[in-house]
Amino acid sequence: MFDYETLKLIWWLIIGVLLICFAITDGMDMGVGALLPFVAKTDQERRVVINTVGAHWDGNQVWFITAGAALFAAWPPVYGTAFSSFYFAMMLVLFALFLRPLAFDYRSKIESDKWRNNWDWAIFVGSSVPPLVFGVAFGNLFLGAPFSFDEFLKVTYTGSFFELFHPFALLCGVVSVAMIVFHGAVWINLRADHIIAQRTPKIINISVVVLVLAFVLGGVYLTQIDGYMLTQIADKNAAPDLLNKTVERATGAWLNNYTLMPLTMLLPLSAIALALGSALLVKVKRPGYALLASSLMLMAIIATAGVSLFPFILPSSSFMDHSLTIWDAVSSEKTLNIMLLVVSFFLPLIISYTTWCYVKMWRRVTVQEISENEHSAY
Amino acid sequence: MIDDSLVDLSRWQFAITALYHFLFVPLTIGMTWILVIMESVYVMTGRQIYKDMTKFWGKLFGINFAIGVTTGLTMEFEFGTNWAYYSHYVGDVFGAPLAIEGLMAFFMESTLVGMFFLSWDRLTKRQHLAVTFFMALGTNFSALWILVANAWMQNPIGAEFNYQTMRMEMQSFTEIVFNPVAQVKFIHTVSAGYVAGSMFVLGISSYYLLKGRDIAFAKRSFSVAAAFGLASILCVILLGDESGYEVGDIQKVKLAAIEAEWETEEAPAAFTLIGLPDQDAHHTDYAIKIPYALGLIATRSLDKTVTGIVDLEKAHEEKIKLGMKAYEYLVKLRAGDESPENIAQFDRYKEHLGYGLLLKRYTPNVVDATDAQIQAAVKDTIPPVMPLFFSFRVMVGCGVLMLIILSLSFYYNAKRQITEKRWLLRAALYGIPLPWIAIETGWFVAEFGRQPWAISEVLPTFMATSSLNASDVLITMVGFIIFYTILAVIEFWLMFKFARLGPSSLHTGRYHFEKEQQKLSGLHSDLAN
Ligand code: HDD
Ligand code: HEM
Ligand code: HEM
Repeated sequence: MFDYETLKLIWWLIIGVLLICFAITDGMDMGVGALLPFVAKTDQERRVVINTVGAHWDGNQVWFITAGAALFAAWPPVYGTAFSSFYFAMMLVLFALFLRPLAFDYRSKIESDKWRNNWDWAIFVGSSVPPLVFGVAFGNLFLGAPFSFDEFLKVTYTGSFFELFHPFALLCGVVSVAMIVFHGAVWINLRADHIIAQRTPKIINISVVVLVLAFVLGGVYLTQIDGYMLTQIADKNAAPDLLNKTVERATGAWLNNYTLMPLTMLLPLSAIALALGSALLVKVKRPGYALLASSLMLMAIIATAGVSLFPFILPSSSFMDHSLTIWDAVSSEKTLNIMLLVVSFFLPLIISYTTWCYVKMWRRVTVQEISENEHSAY
Repeated sequence: MIDDSLVDLSRWQFAITALYHFLFVPLTIGMTWILVIMESVYVMTGRQIYKDMTKFWGKLFGINFAIGVTTGLTMEFEFGTNWAYYSHYVGDVFGAPLAIEGLMAFFMESTLVGMFFLSWDRLTKRQHLAVTFFMALGTNFSALWILVANAWMQNPIGAEFNYQTMRMEMQSFTEIVFNPVAQVKFIHTVSAGYVAGSMFVLGISSYYLLKGRDIAFAKRSFSVAAAFGLASILCVILLGDESGYEVGDIQKVKLAAIEAEWETEEAPAAFTLIGLPDQDAHHTDYAIKIPYALGLIATRSLDKTVTGIVDLEKAHEEKIKLGMKAYEYLVKLRAGDESPENIAQFDRYKEHLGYGLLLKRYTPNVVDATDAQIQAAVKDTIPPVMPLFFSFRVMVGCGVLMLIILSLSFYYNAKRQITEKRWLLRAALYGIPLPWIAIETGWFVAEFGRQPWAISEVLPTFMATSSLNASDVLITMVGFIIFYTILAVIEFWLMFKFARLGPSSLHTGRYHFEKEQQKLSGLHSDLAN
């Protein structure tokens, strides 16, 4: 069907699509969870907020699971290297993620303030820690990580957990949290009882300012740090050879792709425009369009990161030639082909039944509805 | 060199988290179909009590499901975090079923589970039943694909080693999907889940019957569970162990180990009912044997032999020596000497490369292994027999007990005498842990029996780890143990609370505790008048 090189490019896009869908859907739940203690005061109000995502959070989370599994299938060296190198960061995410399914499910099963309060904090932690760590981890993709392969391609990481907290990575963490909070607030504005919805514009305004500032600052920062360039690589259609290429480093090199393909400049620019536009749409009481705009904004931000890094996935700062790129950190042609078929069949199917569920559950969740369904709602 | 404590800790961590995940998985697998049955009756007859049954058992299912999802996340991370070399070495093959599981199964079950709980008022009866049905289907698809992945570890067909990329690469996707071990495993494991769901509903219904509460509700639930359970346990026992054991060397090793079959016996071999295996002496003390039985169980025939451990070891020694050759040529190829002769030589020996790698535990260069080192590696190829021998018997024992409980339950239920048989109700109640014991020991047999291999005859477990410090793994392991213990306490507490409360927890006003209350408040108002 496609040649190997094209397939590799397609898989870069597919992983991107999975990450974007994850940010749009599960990111929304995380934003909602992170805002839970702040937008909702009483128990009833909190239940309203939770029930705006009640029927969907579990399915949404599967975008994350599937993105992880797709990484495993399509880019095995990336899955192994990133997860084992960022070991404690990954474990932090994992332990935080433990909290959400249980909290959503168990919280309202017992009528005790203490019980429910504790679970609300669990939702908060489970929803705010992962976007923070993901942001920091993404930042570290730009910085590179000190890892190398031995002759049998076993990877060894020589860095430490605390090295991950470079100022640039922290800035990426801020971008990530701000965009998730923003997106979650727009959702609450659209779907929660008016008493609660009216508290969100303030949060939306603050987070959009933080987001745009941090995003622009991140772009400026990139001109100052070392970027990586792939200067020579063997035949992209042959069996991938992780060790046989030449990578160089130069200050500001992460912006090279924008000079090579000026059209890509549209991505960061539209990210900013969409963020501001979405906030404006909330102001003029068009929450549905605002959600659409903030979803597109997430897409633009993630695409910006992807294009800047291209063709790198995770550069090695200690053995630059061992960096992982989309050309050599991939599965065999056969696996990529089969998985492409599988994805092309299931992705549209998933999107259709997920849409059906959203349509069926579409409404503004009110305090009244919660009190009527006290024993069956989340 | 290989860090043994890192390997041990990584194995312990995986074993603990996987066994823990699998405390919740079987109930999800079994309960979803029981919910489908109950809801179908509701849709067909329109009788409210069946809707209440669906909702109540659904509540218990939900408590279990949440923790199933939570612990599944760990499994998804763990291959990357703790088994990085494994991920590199077999990701090309193994990652595919995992990704398909996400796309085909997890999306379906997880998208619909929220709908199952929250959409009763928003969907028609039939639509809601469809939601429940597809949720159950998704759960079973999930089991299918993860077991395809797991079966490939036991019997890695349809893939070949590529020296250029230093990994196993997929040759035939259909072979991987239609792996005979996968088929056997799927039927056995999924029906084990159905048994767990049935025993759970059966036991709790018995509790209500013993207490004399909500009789109509409990009797109906009991009937569903008894019928579904009996069919499932027959499936587990009759179909479970069939035919999977003739393919693949590792399954043969396992079979020999769980039977403590030291020497190859003339067909048909006898089955050792019980005894005390002694690995060093290659002998089983105090053995009580049943003639012919092993041959029948393992090969379904009276004329095929079951290979004994001594013969397996001899074969493994040969393979290790061939593996050393494969390793020798691999090193040359990796060093850049890709002459056609080298490639041809490597291709000749490469199917035994895994056996060569076993020696890496004793000497980094492999090719210079001494005779003593080779003997040590040969010894490694046979997992400890004693724990396998006993776990297997525990599983089978639980199976027999459950077969008895379920058959009697089905029989007396059909004769409408179940409420009189209090001893049987008590047995069903106290029998609730049986499926879990069988299932956990079953997984232990399957996974521990695979040792020393992560991928049978391809990749030794000790090579499959990440390059972490043992202390890193220790820290997270302590974290898991603490966290998982807390989760278990909360889960069990909630489960017991709602199981005791029974259908009254639905707050419909139709069930025991609420009726009590109504009676009481009725009395009060009578007095007031
Ligand atoms: C035979 C069945 C089976 C086996 C061997 C495993 N699981 Fe599992 N898993 C399920 C059957 C299942 C399930 C029935 O589909 C669960 C259990 C409860 C649930 O909520 O879904 C589930 C949940 C579940 C989830 C959450 C999915 C969601 O949100 O719906 C993940 C990420 C995993 N599992 C991953 C794994 C991995 C990586 C395993 C291998 C080590 C594994 N499971 C073994
Ligand atoms: C597809 C599903 C599974 C896969 C891919 C898998 C894979 C693995 C791996 C990689 C290890 C560590 C290396 C090793 O010791 O071999 C392991 C060990 C183990 N797994 Fe599984 N496993 C799966 C399912 C399960 C489940 C569901 C259970 C039980 C509930 C289980 C029980 C164990 C045990 C007990 C060990 C430890 C064996 C030992 O002592 O070394 N596994 N498995
Ligand atoms: C009574 C007769 C039974 C026989 C002969 C039997 C046989 C086996 C065998 C040989 C294995 C090892 C499979 C492998 O290594 O690949 C196994 C595994 C297992 N057994 Fe059983 N079993 C029986 C009953 C049960 C029961 C009653 C349950 C639970 C309700 C159960 C649950 C399991 C599970 C979950 C596994 C691990 C998954 C697998 O490998 O299929 N078994 N069984």
